[in-house]
Amino acid sequence: MVSKVFMSGNHAFGEAAIRAGCRSYFGYPITPQNEIGEYMAEHLPRNGGVFLQSESETAAINMVIGAAATGVRVMTSSSSPGISLKQEGISFLAGFQLPAVIVNVMRGGPGLGNIAPAQGDYFQATRGGGHGDYRTPVFAPGSLQEVADLTRVAFDVADRYRTPVMILGDGMLGQMKEPVEFPEPLVGLPEKEWALKGRGEGPSRYMASLILDVMEMERHNWELERKYQVITKNETLYEGYMLDDAKIVAVAYGTTARIAKAAIKRVRKEGVPAGLLRPITLWPFPKVPLQDLALRIEDFVVFEMSTGQMVEDVLLSLEGRGRVVFHGRPGGVVPTPVEFSRILYREYQRQVKSEK
Amino acid sequence: MKLLNKWPIYYKRDVVTHYCSGCGHGVVHRIIAELLEEMDLGKRAVCVNPAGCAVLAYKYFDIDMIESAHGRGTAIATGIKRVKPELFVFTYQGDGDLSAIGTAETIHSANRGEQITVVFINNAVYGMTGGQMAPTTLLGQKTTTTPGGRDPKFDGYPLHITDMIAQFPGVIYAERTAINGPAGIQRTKKAIRTAFQVQVDGLGYSIIEVLSACPTNWKMSTEDSFKWINEVMVKEFVPGVLTDKRGGAA
Ligand SMILES: Cc1ncc(C[n+]2csc(CCOP(=O)(O)OP(=O)(O)O)c2C)c(N)n1
Ligand code: SF4
Repeated sequence: MVSKVFMSGNHAFGEAAIRAGCRSYFGYPITPQNEIGEYMAEHLPRNGGVFLQSESETAAINMVIGAAATGVRVMTSSSSPGISLKQEGISFLAGFQLPAVIVNVMRGGPGLGNIAPAQGDYFQATRGGGHGDYRTPVFAPGSLQEVADLTRVAFDVADRYRTPVMILGDGMLGQMKEPVEFPEPLVGLPEKEWALKGRGEGPSRYMASLILDVMEMERHNWELERKYQVITKNETLYEGYMLDDAKIVAVAYGTTARIAKAAIKRVRKEGVPAGLLRPITLWPFPKVPLQDLALRIEDFVVFEMSTGQMVEDVLLSLEGRGRVVFHGRPGGVVPTPVEFSRILYREYQRQVKSEK
Repeated sequence: MKLLNKWPIYYKRDVVTHYCSGCGHGVVHRIIAELLEEMDLGKRAVCVNPAGCAVLAYKYFDIDMIESAHGRGTAIATGIKRVKPELFVFTYQGDGDLSAIGTAETIHSANRGEQITVVFINNAVYGMTGGQMAPTTLLGQKTTTTPGGRDPKFDGYPLHITDMIAQFPGVIYAERTAINGPAGIQRTKKAIRTAFQVQVDGLGYSIIEVLSACPTNWKMSTEDSFKWINEVMVKEFVPGVLTDKRGGAA
């Protein structure tokens, strides 16, 4: 039975995780994602799982490490300042090669900032965030349906590659309500051979990230890098919207991509052939699709709720091809479709003029 | 002929120790390995080892182990024990790890009464990083960051974290012992046995603080280190049972 329910993004994160076989959650309250922990507190124990409110984000992510090491599916969630605290543990998860899902429902910053939706943690999310040579796959849902779908994908990717995975949303996605169709609950997840479960009659196992021998450490880092290359090859996700006849392309993710879609619908009525490339994975970034677009499209407009972070990945991907314009609203200001339409209209006019 | 010292099955053979001579870590490791065998816990044991000189403990123990970031041992142990209550979970931590950077994790895991056991090695100094002041450094004690001796005006007082958490209702057993000679070693083994049993019986949190020599950073001979524990350290950190809430089991 597939069930369609009307619920908030934060609750959808919780429900999707439980249906993905998540049986433990450790977290510390921070707005605007408190409802994830609250949902888990109510539903995990009923489903045979473990909920624990930790004393801090640092403790929460280390509890995640412990649970992940035993092979169970585990999730934590937080918002920007809390994610900063979790970075220590995320680096250790990467070093130990442990799977876990970390949800970041972003708010305006830096520092305590505010509790309004923002996209200012892109750098932190996609560049590793913690110390050392590692990458974290980052999924950026654009709707609550995608919250449900991508949460499951996130758990699968985490397990498949034994890596921490981040889902990057924002306060808008967390707080709004939409109808969501959830997949059937997963049952009978395969045993993890590498998990700690007491040595029993067999050989003992240990998980360590300390590798004092430099050649051995180098080998380990290259092994991780090879894994990240496989993830890049196999797991890059994006959506193209009205791209076939587009002459100007917006690049935006998550909440800004929704707003950009509305803006594109508006300007198309006025004859502006705009389209959207929406990265669904922020790392790995959809570099190749963007390069392919650049073979026939000259103008790109990057929309973000930040002072400009993903725009750097767009520039890196295009490697000098095309013309890139950035428009951002940092600090928790949610832009309107009208605002984005104006930018698209203006840039298209410029294109037409320069062609004349 | 009676074999007095059988090699514990959960202690790896043919490994060259990285601990300095006279260091207490090796002795406590041996005690733990013996208890894991005597109490039949090794097969379902998971040890969380710290950042600190014991970060390489997995080289010696032949049981499942996981390393932790400096101070986070009891949070990791909490995660393991909560999802797999059937496992026997203990942490092995130094004073820098447990009573400085990991203070919050230590206090809150104890206050939640997590069903874990903590083996806390107090050598009054940061061993691994080269002998800096620890929260447990004694007043007047010289370390590389208290070159004139620890001065409470600038450096605060020695932190008695085990006495502090012994007050918590969820802390069932807390004892302080010292590796300062054969009798101290025997007492330490008995204390750790009791602490392990508390977890086996599902009673709650247990912790054993072991006063332990760091001859290298104390800049003393092994002999003088033992003397210093006996004559100076035990005056600040008095050995004995700090709490025992086992009730009828005692
Ligand atoms: C976050 C972090 N800060 C600092 C360090 C460096 N460091 C490693 S071990 C250590 C002190 C260890 O002292 P203690 O816990 O008392 O153990 P000992 O080495 O004395 O056995 C420090 C500060 C670290 N590994 N991680
Ligand atoms: S430095 Fe101190 S604690 Fe570390 S191994 Fe040497 S004696 Fe032991």
